[in-house]
Amino acid sequence: MSGLDGVVGDARVVVCCGSGGVGKTTTAAVIGIEAARRGRNVVVVTIDPARRLADALGLPDGLAGAPQRVPLAGIEAGELWAMMLDTPAMFERVVRANATDTEQADRIVDNRFYQNIAEALSGTQEYMASEALHELHADERFDLVVVDTPPSRNALDFLEAPGVLARFLDHKAFRLMMVPTRTGFRVLSVATQPILRAIGRIVGSDVLTDAVAFFQAFAGMDVGFRERAEEVTALLHDDGTKFLLVSSPQRDTVTEAAWFADQIAEQGFTVAATVVNRLHPRFGDGSVADASRRADTARDRGERELAALWDNLADLRTVAQAERRELQPLVERVGAEAIVEVPLLPSDVHDVAALTVLGEHLFAVDDPAP
Amino acid sequence: MPPEILLSNVTALTELTATSLVIVAGKGGVGKTTVTAVLARAAADAGRRVLVVELDGKPTLDGLVPDVEVRHLSAPDLLEEYLFEHGFRRIAKRLVSTGVIDVIGTAAPGIDDLVVLGKIKQLERSGEWDLVVVDGPAAGHAITFLTAAPGLLDAARGGPVREQATAVQEMLSDPNRCQVVLVTLPETTPVNELIETSYAIEERVGVRLAPIVVNQVDPATDVPDPSDVSFGRARAQVDDAIAAAEFRRERIADQQAELDRLVDAVPLRQVRLTARPTASIDAGDVAALAAGLST
Repeated sequence: MSGLDGVVGDARVVVCCGSGGVGKTTTAAVIGIEAARRGRNVVVVTIDPARRLADALGLPDGLAGAPQRVPLAGIEAGELWAMMLDTPAMFERVVRANATDTEQADRIVDNRFYQNIAEALSGTQEYMASEALHELHADERFDLVVVDTPPSRNALDFLEAPGVLARFLDHKAFRLMMVPTRTGFRVLSVATQPILRAIGRIVGSDVLTDAVAFFQAFAGMDVGFRERAEEVTALLHDDGTKFLLVSSPQRDTVTEAAWFADQIAEQGFTVAATVVNRLHPRFGDGSVADASRRADTARDRGERELAALWDNLADLRTVAQAERRELQPLVERVGAEAIVEVPLLPSDVHDVAALTVLGEHLFAVDDPAP
Repeated sequence: MPPEILLSNVTALTELTATSLVIVAGKGGVGKTTVTAVLARAAADAGRRVLVVELDGKPTLDGLVPDVEVRHLSAPDLLEEYLFEHGFRRIAKRLVSTGVIDVIGTAAPGIDDLVVLGKIKQLERSGEWDLVVVDGPAAGHAITFLTAAPGLLDAARGGPVREQATAVQEMLSDPNRCQVVLVTLPETTPVNELIETSYAIEERVGVRLAPIVVNQVDPATDVPDPSDVSFGRARAQVDDAIAAAEFRRERIADQQAELDRLVDAVPLRQVRLTARPTASIDAGDVAALAAGLST
């Protein structure tokens, strides 16, 4: 097993999935650095609004909504770029690309209902992440796109994202407000629909007027959105797109990861590899009992400090064992050969040097001692 | 450590559960659920009537606090219930099945959070419990969740939504009724995120902040420098013990630096929960941590 060599190899897209707090962003950054080192022109997209990726890559001013070059000392062959998804800005770009004219686009982006969708509709972030993926994949500056998916409650949102707006527009609610006419659609006035009047009483009639105006402005654009959604879905299913599952060795994240692996398979995708971050090192082949016995002996002789050292070894081996036990269901689910273990480092990872050390584990030519 | 920063265990539980509602918040992976369970356990053991509230997602708290009541609140279900109770008795089901409810949720963002908060308020006011502990929303959702009410107060000029938002805002901004417990780990990224969140809450949400809970603090302070210790004639596994000691010492030094940084950056007191030697917290771990909190 040589880590992610075979997985990343000649991939065009790498999607990092997993629950929050397992090191997805860090993993995406490590893959980016290693790919650049191997001469690829890679862009890493993060959705995480926190500064994790910027901090890890040593970019003091944070990340912009457009790709920016990350300087990497000693790497000449490839290029590393990074960006943070700006969901509302991305949504506006998509609207403008699909609108028939500037006037239609302006009417939509100025609408408050649209702004709510762009900022707060559940699934919008994932949807725009998939749009960004599509855009960057088509960008000639890059031959590899690494996506760090949002920490969704439903980890599958990203895979279903391309269809989110299409489904929204498919709602009967939409049809309820629109009456087909010879020239397209006509929006019903709120007053003619008792159900809309009633909703207006709850949320306020201004709010409802905005919604109706949005659907009116959007008329005719849904075809373009649907086509785009199909393209993104096709890209996700492409052979050059690899899914990486990221987990940590705790019971809850392992359960989540195993469940996620099932869901990905059900959607017809394949998990190329599973990265388990932050595993405590085992510190040799000895057992917990070995170390405890030595600690007891030292204590009996009154060698307090020596006992503390052996106790410490026993403690750390206990945790390492517990983690490997928790990992077992995931090992059974995806197969031991598909798991890439990344050890917990003595120091927190927050610079390029530490990312490079992690890279040695993810892309080991020789299996690193676990 | 300045004494005003680190609470003694005696006052920790009192301060953390001083209000009738406690919302536990923190980024993914910091142990929000563990902290929720520990607070509930400690308060229940102190004789208080405790309710734990879980939001959406998979139920994870049940096994952690046996004999404490746990309620799962789901925003879609509550929105339906809300409509049912507010003049939509006949069509509440249809609103859901036709997807109109999604349009309502989008037209008035935050309405799903508001119905959840409204339900929490109802539970808090019911008099059935002395303490309601909420395992708060995940990831970066905490601020949106806590600002749902003022946002809707701006949007809705009248009607039931406005009434609900007003009542919820009253509860959240009353320091005798509600406080938010922020959870973090003694590591760089979680500490950065806690600093950001605490300032955002301070600026944008008028809610009382409880002492910070730092979860998984490694209690070991007595791992000696292996170069100062003689292993005698022992050879086997000596290198492992040395490597383990160096590893632990470096992690503890890092941890101390993060704890100190947190003290400097955020003017809130800290309560520290000890790391358990396990990769899965169970009811026994929760009880042990809770006992440490109240003795």
